[in-house]
Amino acid sequence: MSVDKEKMATAPQRNISMASMETLHSAGAQQTGLATKIEARNLNFYYGTYKALSEISLAVAPNSVTALIGPSGCGKSTFLRTLNRISETIKNTRVEGEVLLDGVSIMDSDVTALRRRVGMVFQRPNPFPKSIFDNIAYGPRINGMKGKMDELVENALRRGALWEEVKDKLNKSAYALSGGQQQRLCIARAMAVEPEVILMDEPCSALDPIATAKIEELIFNIKSQTTVVIVTHNMQQAARIADKTGFFLMGKMIEFGPTDVIFKNPSKKETEDYITGRFG
Amino acid sequence: MSRLAWRNFVNNVMLSLTAVCTFLTVSTLFLILGYLVYNGGKSLDWNFFTQLPKGPGEVGGGMANAIVGTAKLVGLASVIGIPIGFIAGIYLSEFGGITFPFIIRYIADLLNGVPSIVVGIFAYAVVVLPLKHFSAWAGSVALAVMLIPVVVRNTEQFLQSVPQSLREGALSLGASKWRTIVTVVVPASISGILTGIILGVARIAGETAPLIFTSFGNQFWSSGFNEPTSSLPVMVYNYAISPYDDWHRQAWAAGLVLLALVLVSNILARGILARGVAANRG
Repeated sequence: MSVDKEKMATAPQRNISMASMETLHSAGAQQTGLATKIEARNLNFYYGTYKALSEISLAVAPNSVTALIGPSGCGKSTFLRTLNRISETIKNTRVEGEVLLDGVSIMDSDVTALRRRVGMVFQRPNPFPKSIFDNIAYGPRINGMKGKMDELVENALRRGALWEEVKDKLNKSAYALSGGQQQRLCIARAMAVEPEVILMDEPCSALDPIATAKIEELIFNIKSQTTVVIVTHNMQQAARIADKTGFFLMGKMIEFGPTDVIFKNPSKKETEDYITGRFG
Repeated sequence: MSRLAWRNFVNNVMLSLTAVCTFLTVSTLFLILGYLVYNGGKSLDWNFFTQLPKGPGEVGGGMANAIVGTAKLVGLASVIGIPIGFIAGIYLSEFGGITFPFIIRYIADLLNGVPSIVVGIFAYAVVVLPLKHFSAWAGSVALAVMLIPVVVRNTEQFLQSVPQSLREGALSLGASKWRTIVTVVVPASISGILTGIILGVARIAGETAPLIFTSFGNQFWSSGFNEPTSSLPVMVYNYAISPYDDWHRQAWAAGLVLLALVLVSNILARGILARGVAANRG
């Protein structure tokens, strides 16, 4: 399959404010080699007796953005939450199959060490009821990271594209920020521990279009340092930011491939129906 | 009477009924307050805070030893009861499964409903009888038994009100469960937890029945925690049933001091809660 980036870039949904990102986008895609950062193999997930995920296999390349799309309740968030074992915090759930991070099963590693390597950003901004500074410093502190905390915080906030807006009020409560700023704070907080993978569970669903555009820009920027897996309900968003896209339906992964192939030339009828808005 | 007139009539009767009941509730409080302030206020003098009680029938003296005794009893009960209740509350909210916490919660509620005199008998049996004398220890154990279920349930409720997303946020940064609780969950709910603790302590400060045959009473200073110890509620009880006018006067004064203590703790607790809520909202 030939990947035509130019066609992709001129797709009608493409946000104009994203135009400057096209070069980055292409560059990121080119970095994507054959290597695999995180991989699921025949993953099944159960809530009690209800099987929420069925035989999911998916490999994510390092320094890429992978979008997971699908209708509500299709299991994409559930899948995301198994990747850093945060799913274990819900009682009466069970995982079968394997998730490999750099080729090592995540079940074999210490869960706190795993979650430091695989960070997460949630649907609704969830800053701690602490100051902006302490929110960012939280991760480095609990992980005993070395270095000057002031610098760590500034770097993280810059990566979160929030530094200019908050540099004069680092000691203010994080709750004083707007929803979009809070979400960027949460991304910066996740970035502060320098994770190898960041999982994002519909990070823009509670935000307005301008805040969403900022987050998307941010995702482009952090791609050079980390691998991003993002769940989204917004198909334009997936088309704009993702190198690869997976389509989930009723606990199964119907199709997974380069984003433009999924959106322009899907091989499965269900994918096409969903993307063209015939259901979901 | 027409149907409409009847409906309006019922409406007015019910509205009036709610107003009357509200008035009765509030007026009872103000009646008690007013009566206590009137009788206690005119009996209260400096001697009350500085002097020891005088012998039966003598005029004058104070309750300095009972004020200090109450502070000792409530202080020791808090030292015993707050950590146990707080940590058990954390367990119930954060670590328990489904069945076990249900049982513990039920037991805590039952314990909360045990008549205070029964708690007194319990402390008498487990502390006073083996030691063969009344002591502040015994009184504090009785008060702690009353405090623990209040703190457990209150702590659990406020921890439960912390959004799950905050826990997930901390866990996803590589915090262990315990670290998450200590650094995020408890700080997020600390103002509520503290409020509950203060209200619980204020409640046991006014308890009489658990103290009558545990800390008993003492006309003099008690040293340490191993002697019978005077306390304000028991003094109110003893003085109020005595045949001496001057003791009645002092009972009023003691009642007023107790009420003032409870009132101040209540206001303090509400202040903390309000500040905590304001801080969380930025």
